[in-house]
Amino acid sequence: MSHRVGVVRFPGTNCEFDTIDAIRTLGGDAEVLWHADSSLKNVDAIVIPGGFAHGDYLRCGAIARFSPVMESVTAFALNGGPILGICNGFQVLTEAGLLPGALQKNVGMKFLCSMEQIEFVSTNNVLGKGSTVGDCVEIPINHFEGNYVCSPEVLAELEAQEQIVFRYTDNPNGSVRDIAGICNEGGNVVGMMPHPERATSVLLGSTDGAALIRSFLTA
Amino acid sequence: MHFEVKVEVSPREGIANPEGSTIERALPALGFEMAGNVRVGKVIRLQVEAESADAARSLVEDMCNRFLTNPVIEDASVEVLGP
Repeated sequence: MSHRVGVVRFPGTNCEFDTIDAIRTLGGDAEVLWHADSSLKNVDAIVIPGGFAHGDYLRCGAIARFSPVMESVTAFALNGGPILGICNGFQVLTEAGLLPGALQKNVGMKFLCSMEQIEFVSTNNVLGKGSTVGDCVEIPINHFEGNYVCSPEVLAELEAQEQIVFRYTDNPNGSVRDIAGICNEGGNVVGMMPHPERATSVLLGSTDGAALIRSFLTA
Repeated sequence: MHFEVKVEVSPREGIANPEGSTIERALPALGFEMAGNVRVGKVIRLQVEAESADAARSLVEDMCNRFLTNPVIEDASVEVLGP
């Protein structure tokens, strides 16, 4: 079981404490990993949380790639370590080359903040333990640039290798094939636009994110 | 030598450009029904130290490939404006 999760904080990250709180509530332990330190403090898993890393300057996630912590995160990923990128964290993972494709502005040019239903397309990844393909969960989104795009070749690979983790049942942002989250070939690196840490309490309108985080904690 | 270089970053052909589409839908309200295929990108200007204009272009093209653009969604055209 992954007891200790490192939650990376860049200048401009703003979901690190929500994420840490959700992980602790669900029985794990979590601590902040500052972007300028290359040490991962021997954590068992890593979350790149939401926010606006480095102000989203140039492109979302583009500058974060150069933070010292990312070299260690990349090595951790290549070594099979569990990594979850949420929202801006998903953007950081694509810019760092740990996940394919890119996220661009929503179709309709609106900042979207809403509860969305997403469906498991594949459970062969660090979020899928205890879930079944076709399971639907309610998880909120909160983004302006969540419109997933990739080349037709990459899309074919994602489909063939079961790397599409979630799709929206009612596509809010124009993502190709309704994609809400994907994983790498090994299934140990997952990126998703919806925020599972914000769906861990009845007070927040959904507890469906708890199953995903529990799965991540046992990856 | 210092060279002034302009990089025009544009959305790749075939990639939807929500900003361009939104502007395109607004233009007819001002009577510009004749406008179409609106694409929005960005311009980056910088100075580089290089031995020649060709060398300056080559350096900036390398920056584009590795950092200034995301080749999944963007194309870049590099123009050396002069020393």
